[in-house]
Amino acid sequence: MNMSVALPVIIPLLAGALSVMFWRSHFAQRALGVLGTGAMLAATVWLLMETWEHGHVVMEMGSWPAPFGIVLVSDMLAAIMVVLTGIIGFATALYSLSGIGKMSEKFGYYPLLHLLLAGVNGAFLTGDIFNLYVWFEVMLVASFALLILGGERSQMEGAIKYVTLNLLSSMIFLTAIGLTYGLTGTLNMADIGDKLSTVEDTGLITVIAMLYLVAFGVKAAAFPFFFWLPASYHTPKVAVSALFAGLLTKVGVYALFRVFTLIFNQDVDYTHEILLWVAAATMLTGVLGAAAHYEFRRILSFHIISQIGYMIMGLALFTPLALVGGVFYIMHHIIVKANLFLISGITFVMKGTHELKHMGGIYRTNPMLGVLFLIPALSLAGLPPLSGFFAKFIIIRAGIEAEAYWVVAVALVVGLLTLYSMIKIWAEVFWKAQPEGVEGELRDVSSGPMIWMWVPVIMLALMTVAIGLYGEPIYQMAAMSAEQLLDPSQYIEAVLGDSRQ
Amino acid sequence: MEVVMAFVVGGMYAAAIYMMLRRSIVKLVIGLVLLSNAANLLIFTLAGMLPGAPPLIPPGATVPEGLSADPLAQAVVLTAIVIGFGVLAFAVVLIHRAYEVVKADDMDQMKDTDR
Repeated sequence: MNMSVALPVIIPLLAGALSVMFWRSHFAQRALGVLGTGAMLAATVWLLMETWEHGHVVMEMGSWPAPFGIVLVSDMLAAIMVVLTGIIGFATALYSLSGIGKMSEKFGYYPLLHLLLAGVNGAFLTGDIFNLYVWFEVMLVASFALLILGGERSQMEGAIKYVTLNLLSSMIFLTAIGLTYGLTGTLNMADIGDKLSTVEDTGLITVIAMLYLVAFGVKAAAFPFFFWLPASYHTPKVAVSALFAGLLTKVGVYALFRVFTLIFNQDVDYTHEILLWVAAATMLTGVLGAAAHYEFRRILSFHIISQIGYMIMGLALFTPLALVGGVFYIMHHIIVKANLFLISGITFVMKGTHELKHMGGIYRTNPMLGVLFLIPALSLAGLPPLSGFFAKFIIIRAGIEAEAYWVVAVALVVGLLTLYSMIKIWAEVFWKAQPEGVEGELRDVSSGPMIWMWVPVIMLALMTVAIGLYGEPIYQMAAMSAEQLLDPSQYIEAVLGDSRQ
Repeated sequence: MEVVMAFVVGGMYAAAIYMMLRRSIVKLVIGLVLLSNAANLLIFTLAGMLPGAPPLIPPGATVPEGLSADPLAQAVVLTAIVIGFGVLAFAVVLIHRAYEVVKADDMDQMKDTDR
């Protein structure tokens, strides 16, 4: 029995329960926030090392053998995702020390944070399709509550759209689970993948595959299901925005990767062709939306959508190199995107607004923040030697090798437009002079209680540079996960083992 | 029986989607409730309907005699009902708060965040 695969779920649940017990003590909740997410980060790194060594780490819950009980499975992709969850969770907890405010803490910010992380980790690690639904709901309920902390009008409006579309996608997901169960008589993902290869009715399989595509497409904010994201992500507290931006849509992307490699690999020409069109349209609409907006966090929200397109493109091309690129892109994106949102929080404290028109001159007063912004921003646009360059390079090279030239062209144009809107933020917020009639610095952010906002920003920026300069181990991990994804028999063997036949 | 259930489930999906397309947020939530119940009934139906055959193992045996109903699907539906109920409770509180803040039961009044 290997505990390492259960710890990333147990630790945040435990920390969340403890912080509910210390409801009135802000100090205890903060300490639990940092310690809990720190312990989770350590546990996820341990899991990554175990997975690197053994290939797959499987744990049967309650010792019920698969496929009858629920299994937790960590393959390389899942292990990478939980480590990223650990990093972002820890960064957010540090940032929240000075960035979240007493009111949010009073209404249960920290317990919800832990619950959200538990849901995200559970979704990454479970090997059971219905259990995946349950973890999705755990994550969603926590995110609903985090989204409306503060109770402003814009948050309510954003939350209604977010809640409705996410519940709709959950119900489509549940419908798809019902149909899958009717067809195969099992809920274990490895078992479903094993049994579907013997099912005759390929038409019905494709229908179910499309239901999963719609359900996870909504969660991942892929075209044409992304409307809830730009309507809601700019409304909550910045720390919450950063957490959502880093993790939530990526759970949808992870589910797409899992389902369309392990389960629906019968009719790749048909299903993955649709995915490729979805990817191209997602990239393009996202970046065009970003180009049209002048609110810091709305621009970043639209960029999440456009980046999701690159990840789905990696899945859709379905070659070894493309999957390496997709996984590499997820790793790069989560770190960079969360960091950009955290930086928008610092500029908000300085200027009291997210509107680009009312900001300016930060580079003059605080050049360090300008540099810290440029690192993730240029990485997002794909400039060497930062992490985004290699992520884009691998995916585009895979596209050329697969001779999908039109999607490569779209990806390159989108890269250019990404650079445009990052430069737009740079010019408006940091470079141009302070607009007249607007107050200068509202608060000093470089000292005193605000210092905790800088720690995670610097930490994540250093990671971006490190992935760019020393990307070999990251590439190796992505390559191993791609190899496992393309050969689902390894996963099936690890889960079902000798219980088959 | 399955045929009747198929029409019931289909009708519930249709009604749910229709309700969700209305502008009133109360009807939106009613649509969500219908949708989650429709999905539950779908799972229940797809697992095979076998009345009067509980999956009980007689004393001394290790498997049930003959065909029996599928307990897993019912466990799944039970879980889904509980989750659906929790989410519904949240959604009701949310529309109440939204109504207090926006002072309207109309989705068209909730466009501030889209500008």
